[in-house]
Amino acid sequence: MYLLIVMLPLFGALISGLGGRFLGRYGSSILSTLCVFISSMLSVMVFYEIGVCGNTCFISLNPWVEVGDFKVSWGFLFDSVTAIMLIVITIISSFVHLYSIKYMEFDPHCPRFMAYLEVFTFFMLILVTGDNLIQMFLGWEGVGLASYLLINFWFTRLAANQSALKALVINRIGDFGLSLGIFITFYIFSSIDYLTIFSLVPFFKDYYIIFWGSKFHGLTLIGTFLFIGAVGKSAQLGLHTWLPDAMEGPTPVSALIHAATMVTAGVFLMIRFSPLLEYTPLVLLILVIFGSMTAFFGSMVGVFQNDLKRVIAYSTCSQLGYMILACGISCYNVSLFHLTNHAFFKALLFLSAGSVIHAMSDEQDMRRMGSLINFLPLTYVLMLLGSLSLMGFPFLSGFYSKDFILELSQILFYSNLHLTYGTFACWLGTMSVFFTSFYSVRLIYLTFLNNSNMSRVSLRLVHESSSLIILPLLCLGFLSIVSGYSMKDFFIGIGTDFWSTSVLILPNHSYIIEAEYISIFFKWLPFLFSFIGVLLATIINFSGFIFRDNLKILSSVLFFINKKWYFDVVGNRYLINKFVYFGYFISFKSLDRGFIELMGPYGFSKLVPKWSKMLIYWQTGQIIHYIFYIIMGLLLCLLLINFISIYPISLFVFSFVLIFFI
Amino acid sequence: MINQLHCLNFSSILFLVSIFGMFLNQKNILIMLMSLEMMFLSTSFIFIFSSIYLDDVIGQIFSLLILTVAAAESSIGLAILVVYFRIRNSITVELMNLTKG
Repeated sequence: MYLLIVMLPLFGALISGLGGRFLGRYGSSILSTLCVFISSMLSVMVFYEIGVCGNTCFISLNPWVEVGDFKVSWGFLFDSVTAIMLIVITIISSFVHLYSIKYMEFDPHCPRFMAYLEVFTFFMLILVTGDNLIQMFLGWEGVGLASYLLINFWFTRLAANQSALKALVINRIGDFGLSLGIFITFYIFSSIDYLTIFSLVPFFKDYYIIFWGSKFHGLTLIGTFLFIGAVGKSAQLGLHTWLPDAMEGPTPVSALIHAATMVTAGVFLMIRFSPLLEYTPLVLLILVIFGSMTAFFGSMVGVFQNDLKRVIAYSTCSQLGYMILACGISCYNVSLFHLTNHAFFKALLFLSAGSVIHAMSDEQDMRRMGSLINFLPLTYVLMLLGSLSLMGFPFLSGFYSKDFILELSQILFYSNLHLTYGTFACWLGTMSVFFTSFYSVRLIYLTFLNNSNMSRVSLRLVHESSSLIILPLLCLGFLSIVSGYSMKDFFIGIGTDFWSTSVLILPNHSYIIEAEYISIFFKWLPFLFSFIGVLLATIINFSGFIFRDNLKILSSVLFFINKKWYFDVVGNRYLINKFVYFGYFISFKSLDRGFIELMGPYGFSKLVPKWSKMLIYWQTGQIIHYIFYIIMGLLLCLLLINFISIYPISLFVFSFVLIFFI
Repeated sequence: MINQLHCLNFSSILFLVSIFGMFLNQKNILIMLMSLEMMFLSTSFIFIFSSIYLDDVIGQIFSLLILTVAAAESSIGLAILVVYFRIRNSITVELMNLTKG
């Protein structure tokens, strides 16, 4: 059963990918959906066995690589963290498959699409179930590959090509960090199995690596490099630019990869390495700083984006910041709880956005929508549900996890952080609550409630999507209502033994009790902020207030936000262009085709004709010249014979060569 | 009193003169052949002087051989000269540069 969960998507991918043209459009869709669906049913059973009954399953298969100390075997570790990730991945994936049957109905490459989706699911499952870092890395890279293929699914579009490359390359930066982390892990622990590493971590608490005369704390180094991997994959500030651009892929892809699953791989890595991170306060601090900045940045940029999917993408970015922040204050269980809830409501949001886009005949600009509530009431309800969950509206799923993260950031006694950083995280997190509710409501208003801005042609074509599209949305909507409340006691209930040994929180880093008893004002604060956000968005949309015409300074600020804080521009102009310049003019033109060629074949081929011309001029045809050469040669030889007794022979050869060159 | 050094000096100087005769001569190929003969002469001298002073007969035998070689060589050289003159109507060394690089 356990291995079947992982292998079924691979099976489906192979069948629908290689035999897609025999199965046909619907055959491959149904086959792949069925595979993932069975896999998700099985993972629910696994969740029952592991989470509820408290088992931990460890399957070790045949060895993969064995070189000296370095032993990698195909192993699968199913503990609580993995069980939850399995649930999230397979359920979201099966809904997305179901959704894509209808959504991609008229796409000519439907079997390929389904195969890619399943390849992605398979690699994601490998990532979460692997019991060693190498197998995890296999899944990690495979997910990157699948994301490239999926973003680039419409390979004829230039924008899709570019953003797929961007996603791949930026992920590669993170992967570089991750692989360094794996190397150092092996260097320190001589093993890359999770179980070995995590048992050994307390013994290496004071282990220092001496490198070029400077000392580095080993665990901090590992944590930092793993976090660089997470930055790339989970789109933290700095390497986040690929995530919004990845929206060039089809909408189900965005829902699957860039909302629910792939971007959570980094967070999963952090949660998985909780036994290691717990012993490195510095890395936790970095997590807090990056997480809170990403949360703030993502939500703030999301406010003035006009692309429907891009708003949701930045919202994902911001929510990932929350998750990393929660890891940073060593509440890994809360982080995973938020990951689960977020997967449900973000998949819901994305798929509803896809439904809207489908209804609007592929129009993505929110400024050209409006008054869709009359045409798409069901999608409106579902999207509102998703948005309210995202805002942390009480009793929906986001409330239980997101507000709890904020409460955790507001406690007053951190054992591993300076209080300043806690306050920093708290303020940025709270501000981003405000922005989150603002853009969510703005999205609802612009898309559904405001007056219509679309053309008459597209107005005539607006229609509610078919039941196969609505069904996954309804299921996800149901899940995003109940998942928070129903799983609260499992995940973050006081004294829950759900996690058993899969997540380690040192007793002096456990803040959950204190977060339960912070003052009532702080408990209401996030709700207050989100309420203000809703109010402001409503006022602005009702009053017809238009920002850009009013104030010069305001408009420039808005422009700054709309252009995503110029991260792309600055990165392109000051980093990528410089590198490209260096690559072309310095390393290619000056070195490769310049200096090295001059010393090598090019210069030699220039020199030989020169010498031979010189030699040709010596052949004058005059007999007396030849006689001269003979006699001079004789004298030279005599001279040399005299000199050999004095000088060493090598000097001689050298001087002879020198004469020859001159 | 004529000693060994004088003899060697004499034949060396004769050799040098013949070398210069070849070197500095830009005009006439006949003079070149004559200088060549002079070279043979000087080497024969050295062989003969050495054989006398070393009291060894091999030097004289060798100089006899040189004489025959020189005679043969000069006859072939003159033959080539004649052929050359028949074709080019001149024996100027300066103009013999048709086979340059």
